[in-house]
Amino acid sequence: MIVAKRKPLEQIEAMLEGFNKILIVGCGTCVAVCMAGGEKEVELLAAELRMRSKLQGRPRTIDEMTVTRQCDKEYLDQLAKHVADYDVILSTGCGAGVQFLAERYDDKIVLPALNTLFIGVAEGPGIWSQRCMACSECILDQTGGICPMTLCAKNLLNGPCGGTNHGKCEVDGQKDCAWTLIYRRLEKLGRLDLLEKIQPPKDYGAMTKPGRFTHEAFQQAEQHEE
Amino acid sequence: MSEARAAAPFEPKVVAYCCTYCAYTAGDLAGSMRLEYAPNVRVVKILCTGKIDAVLLLRALEDGADAVYVAGCALGDCHFQEGNLRAIQTVAHAKKLLAEIGLEPERLEFFHVPASAGPLFAQRANEMTDRARRLGPNPLRSTARQPAGGKLARQPDPHPPLPPAKHGKLVHHTE
Repeated sequence: MIVAKRKPLEQIEAMLEGFNKILIVGCGTCVAVCMAGGEKEVELLAAELRMRSKLQGRPRTIDEMTVTRQCDKEYLDQLAKHVADYDVILSTGCGAGVQFLAERYDDKIVLPALNTLFIGVAEGPGIWSQRCMACSECILDQTGGICPMTLCAKNLLNGPCGGTNHGKCEVDGQKDCAWTLIYRRLEKLGRLDLLEKIQPPKDYGAMTKPGRFTHEAFQQAEQHEE
Repeated sequence: MSEARAAAPFEPKVVAYCCTYCAYTAGDLAGSMRLEYAPNVRVVKILCTGKIDAVLLLRALEDGADAVYVAGCALGDCHFQEGNLRAIQTVAHAKKLLAEIGLEPERLEFFHVPASAGPLFAQRANEMTDRARRLGPNPLRSTARQPAGGKLARQPDPHPPLPPAKHGKLVHHTE
């Protein structure tokens, strides 16, 4: 899932300076799971902003609405009948959600309440770590299910650099060396032979942004439209 | 603040979220022991302190409580294994949020009150009331949606329907 964290309240307040009618829009998918921008977090943020404005003696209208996903047009349509009532929309979606919301309601100011971090997994309650950098060319079959593109500081594809130090990375001594992890995993799986295969240079062209993708089933329809 | 309220001595309103297995039972025991403690404390019985959410704590303060505390089982005694540990985290997080907002984090606290500790229950209730008295009235009390005094805005529904999913619905806050 996409992992994000809330911006400091001071920063959010600075963005909202001068607006009196605020609609906070949550997203019920990734950012709800990583406890940053779901229904519950929207409720909490709204309560914080309300309390703060009351303490400063300038009450504002702060309403909430959480949609199932901010990255799908269908769910954004649910906001249509409400947005006109507000000066500004504060989105607790990831960067994609904020942009899609701003695109759908392009006559409204849409502000981000979160900093989007990475694609990751939940290591434990409240702890997430990055596992994928969306390189567009997955090689996890060769590396025992451990991604050297993400976990190796140098993105090395053919074994460790000279800096691996008792299983730790030379760039950051706190982090594990991805290639030590890969070696141990392949050893456990009895697939050390995979290490002898030389990986060709990575096609970084595939990662060129902005990415766009049409599902095969829809390609014909798209051509037909054109 | 109105003159009438300024003239009357400040009586803090304290909300105590008590776990049914430990702190609430301790409260019962305090009663059976005829212990006297501050009448300012409003006890809210909850199944487990692990259920407490930062929103609930903030909302109590937003609605005018001068101090709020969560009382749960002693370490290792939680009926649900780790509910009190979660509550400690939740309260610590909510305190940070209060500091962010600009309200004294001391208005919020977590206490361990084992079921057998009637006197401790009374002590904590007095301690928190004294603390609220020292901190003074909650500045949010004047803008609270319900008047302080503990009256219910409406009678609770004896058979409440299951809460519907709120996705796609506007939550409007009437002031």
